[in-house]
Amino acid sequence: MSEYNGEIRKMMIILSKASIENVYAAFVLANGARMEGIEAEMFFTFFGLEAVHNKKLDHLHVATVGNPAMHMPTMLGGLPGMEALATSMMKKEMEKLDMPEVREFLEILKASGVKLWACKLAMEMFHYEKTDMFPDLDGVLTVGDFYNQSNGIGTHMLFI
Amino acid sequence: MDKLIAGKTIQVNEEGFMTNFSEWNKEIGEALAGESQIVLTPKHWELINYIQTEVKNESPLSIRKIGKSGVVDIKEFYALFPNAPLKTATKIAGVPKPASCI
Repeated sequence: MSEYNGEIRKMMIILSKASIENVYAAFVLANGARMEGIEAEMFFTFFGLEAVHNKKLDHLHVATVGNPAMHMPTMLGGLPGMEALATSMMKKEMEKLDMPEVREFLEILKASGVKLWACKLAMEMFHYEKTDMFPDLDGVLTVGDFYNQSNGIGTHMLFI
Repeated sequence: MDKLIAGKTIQVNEEGFMTNFSEWNKEIGEALAGESQIVLTPKHWELINYIQTEVKNESPLSIRKIGKSGVVDIKEFYALFPNAPLKTATKIAGVPKPASCI
C-alpha cells in the first residue's frame, strides 16, 4: 500500500491570458498553495507572458469587451478609455482587500518559493528575450521541460 | 475539545487552533511549535509577539502584511515556518487561523 493519501502536494499553474482578472486568479492560486504548504510552479504562455514581461506587467487591463460579467454593452466596452477606467476601479477595490500590484505580487510569489517559467515557443513567437522579462523569472522552458518539472505524486495542473 | 499539552489542559478546535487565548503561555507555544517540528528562536518569538499584538488590535493578518511587519520579509517568514507559515505561526501563537487568501 502506498502512503500517499490523495493530498495535493504540488500545483502547476499555466497562465495563457493577460487580462488582469486572469492574472490575479492565477497568482492567488499559486500563493494560496504555498500558504498551505503546497509547492507551486507557474508557466506563462501566449498572452500570459505579458504578466512577466518587464515593460508590460505594470500595465495590464481588465477585459471590458467579450466579458458578460462586466454587465456592460460590448459597444460601450470598446470605447477609448473604458478598459483603463474599469481597471482603475478594480485596482482600487483590490487595494482595499490588501491585494498587491502585479509586480509586488510576483515578488511575493518568488519570496514564497513559487517557480516562474516562461514558455519557449511563445517567447519566440512574440520575439521576446529573457532580458525583456521580469528579472526573477526562473527560466524559459519547453512544454516537455514543464511536464518534467511536474513529476511526482500529488501534482495537479491548472490551465487559465 | 480538550487537549493536554505542557502539563495544562487547553481548548482547541478540530484543526488544533486554541479557542481561548487566555490559556496560552510560552511553554504551550513551545510545545505547539514542537508538534510542527519547529524549535523557536528569538526571531520566531519576535514574530509571535507581533502576531499576537496584531490580533489583539483586530488587524487582519496576511502574508503580505507579515512581509511589511518590519520583523521579517516573506522569504525569512517561509524559512522560519517552512510548511504553511501563516497557519503554523498563528497556531503556535494561540490565535485563530487567519481567513486570508493572500
